[in-house]
Amino acid sequence: MVKPNIGSILSGERIALARLLSEVENNSVAGQATLDELFPHTGKAHLIGVTGAPGTGKSSLVNQMALNYRAGKNPKQVAIVAVDPSSPFTGGAVLGDRVRMRDLAGDPGVFIRSMASRGSLGGLARATAAMVQVFDAAGFEVILIETVGAGQTEVDIARLAHTTLVVESPGLGDEIQAIKAGILEIADILVVNKADLPGVENTERALKGMLGLAHPVAKVFRHHGQDMVSAGREPEGKALWVPPILRTIATDGTGVAELVAAIEQHAKHLHNSGEWGRRERARLEAELEGLLTETLVKRFREGVTDIRYEKMVDRLVQRKVSPWGAVKALLKGKNGFTAKAQD
Amino acid sequence: MPERKIRVLVAKPGLDGHDRGAKVVARALRDAGMEVIYTGLRQTPEMIAEAALQEDVDVVGLSILSGAHMSLIPPILKLLKANGQEHVKIFVGGIVPDEDVPRLKEMGVTGVYGPGAPTEAIVNEIRATFKPAR
Ligand SMILES: Nc1nc2c(ncn2[C@@H]2O[C@H](COP(=O)(O)OP(=O)(O)OP(=O)(O)O)[C@@H](O)[C@H]2O)c(=O)[nH]1
Ligand SMILES: [Mg+2]
Repeated sequence: MVKPNIGSILSGERIALARLLSEVENNSVAGQATLDELFPHTGKAHLIGVTGAPGTGKSSLVNQMALNYRAGKNPKQVAIVAVDPSSPFTGGAVLGDRVRMRDLAGDPGVFIRSMASRGSLGGLARATAAMVQVFDAAGFEVILIETVGAGQTEVDIARLAHTTLVVESPGLGDEIQAIKAGILEIADILVVNKADLPGVENTERALKGMLGLAHPVAKVFRHHGQDMVSAGREPEGKALWVPPILRTIATDGTGVAELVAAIEQHAKHLHNSGEWGRRERARLEAELEGLLTETLVKRFREGVTDIRYEKMVDRLVQRKVSPWGAVKALLKGKNGFTAKAQD
Repeated sequence: MPERKIRVLVAKPGLDGHDRGAKVVARALRDAGMEVIYTGLRQTPEMIAEAALQEDVDVVGLSILSGAHMSLIPPILKLLKANGQEHVKIFVGGIVPDEDVPRLKEMGVTGVYGPGAPTEAIVNEIRATFKPAR
């Protein structure tokens, strides 16, 4: 395909944007080239990750959050990237998150894009970061990224987003439910959605208990009969962020204004503490490292004949060489990247 | 490119109540390796065209059981065209009388399937349309 014109992306042309997203998702040469040109225009958006177990109400919540960002005197341009898993067997996928986002239909300030994870290990598609960059360059100020929480995905989303929401809901077998310990390390805000259902208190209590363990500096005190969490102070005097626990009902919007306020508060905290810059740096560094690894492996493999490679695998299977030994042998005598000439 | 997938929007325009058939088709397309964006019930032509645009789909599959196909499909085709998506292929499933089929095809609909049509027929026709994938 012809290289998309970056002017049409920067000026918000929707069909050009939609097509570029496909090119980028498919990691095409044209997509890469356009992304290179667009990159200087990125770095302005607030990236908000929304993760949590299946069915906790992430899409419904994203719908409500987008409505909130669109309301008021200063509506923001909102992009939504909703990631669902691809079938590992067929490579196909049913992407159903839009079903819960129908309130956003017809609003030119909102752009919703569904994507399948396409076999990437974490469940967060490899191209998600790149697609987010496209939206960022196109002027979307808020980018909501929904992904089903499953192990590595949560870590991936936390690395990509500035603010990560972990959504829980009551009634999944109560406290023994899958509130995983690791989740607190990645959550900037904890949401107990479906607050209209019985069992909210239990879910909330379980989260609070874990929060107390994870953030020992935070002091929980009682104030007007409510548990309040006060942020402790880090040695350097920087305010510490303690993830707030917020109740929402995504089906009617209850608590969503408070949630958005907390997200804005978090963004302010990131800026004031210098953490925003640190996260940007860590994210871009991780992206660079990932691309470097991918590129080097690919380039190396292009320089090794399949026969030589297969033979090495045979030797591995026969235990004639160890995995490290195989690596050394394949790289031997060369830096490996110009191995073609040798073969 | 190995990553290229056929992307299909499955939508249910009109006011009739259930989407079992649409879901069956969505799953069959997934099992055939396609990426299906499922949008649910009661979609207006505007909603369908908007979703098709944002998702940059290759195919729009419409499930229409109400008999309102002759009034629902032309505005969808018109909107797709207005958005610069005239290349998108339209497949219709539902209760469509035989005499309407040629009229729909004339308008630009690629395939029409009755309620009893095997899902493989739909899968195969979509695949044939995109061979080799665009
Ligand atoms: N009672 C109640 N139901 C809710 C609430 N929020 C969402 N739901 C319902 O929960 C179901 C799942 O909602 P989704 O928004 O699709 O949840 P999700 O987390 O995006 O689901 P996946 O993307 O499949 O993981 C739907 O039937 C929603 O209507 C809520 O606050 N209260
Ligand atoms: Mg969802």
